[in-house]
Amino acid sequence: MSTALIIDVFLWSSVAVVGLIALRRGRTVLAVSMREGSMDFINIVPRVALGVIGSGYIAAVIPQEIITGWLGPNSGWAGVLTAVIAGAATPGGPVVGFSIGAVAMKAGGGMPQIIAYVVAWALFAFQRLLLYEIPFMPARFVWFRAAVSLPIPFLAAAIAMMIGKP
Amino acid sequence: MSESPLKDPQPAGNAAETEGEPRPGHIRKPIGWSMIVIGVLVAVSAGLVYLRDGIDGVTSILTHDLKLFGGILPRVLAGCLLGAFIAELLPHDKVSRSLGPKSGLKGLLIGTAFGVIIPGGPFTAYPVASALLSVGADFGATIAMVVSWTLIGYGRAVAWELPIMGTDFTLWRIVISLPLPILAGAFGRFVYVRIYRKGVP
Repeated sequence: MSTALIIDVFLWSSVAVVGLIALRRGRTVLAVSMREGSMDFINIVPRVALGVIGSGYIAAVIPQEIITGWLGPNSGWAGVLTAVIAGAATPGGPVVGFSIGAVAMKAGGGMPQIIAYVVAWALFAFQRLLLYEIPFMPARFVWFRAAVSLPIPFLAAAIAMMIGKP
Repeated sequence: MSESPLKDPQPAGNAAETEGEPRPGHIRKPIGWSMIVIGVLVAVSAGLVYLRDGIDGVTSILTHDLKLFGGILPRVLAGCLLGAFIAELLPHDKVSRSLGPKSGLKGLLIGTAFGVIIPGGPFTAYPVASALLSVGADFGATIAMVVSWTLIGYGRAVAWELPIMGTDFTLWRIVISLPLPILAGAFGRFVYVRIYRKGVP
């Protein structure tokens, strides 16, 4: 847990530093930023609650043996393709994709396929796109970003096949 | 700056949210249809868990997830504050110089570095990316930033991937991911100037 503590310290130090910079620009800048940040926090908490608390249940009922079956070690590029589709179709939230990836790993899935699955889930999970990216960013950018990111999970799998697992 | 590319294909609703507001991209509507869809999904899943494992299964998942939620909550607050400060303090002229369409490989590298150091989750990364976009960063640099935050940002990796997937997998996956944001940003730029040639000087 010490790594998490370091991250927390770093996170709050960054907040303090930019807060000080804001204060030097004037009290109004500081007050406006803090109000905006707090409003964002209040508005985002229900989403985070649903994402974190809910994803445990979704992860518990997802037919993991089917997905992990797709990610088998001998599934090759077809396995990578299904991994990418499964990753995009897996609900977002911070946990679900990793949980399934971990199960696949324990079940002896192929590493390039698991990499492709986790990377595709990180890039395309429909729930995260809908819940966070579209509300925050211009829709035109989001679709463009998703489209040009399509080759990435395949690239990641190719690199994984090339270098192998250390 | 011409506004024409924004106006062409969009249905009326979308234009309003990118123009007019000085700081676009802030959530002001906590509950939307997407949350309802996911809420239903969660409720159905919880019901299935109850049918399969009884009330014990439901409560054990709930206590575990509540603990996770309690742990992440302060981080969410810090992320929101950080996003607000950064959006307020960004040096606009510098951003457009170092992350604009003509920033070259350097712009992609800066975008990637930005994505790596940005703490917090989507509630930090997307507002900051949106702010960068509105003060002169081009699609390529912003894509590099978003992809780099997604794949090599330490926030999700430390909070979730490390405990669930283990250190070996996480480090290995991050090493593999290192070149990908730059490639995605370069590819995005390459495609962008061919699709939106008119809008680019």
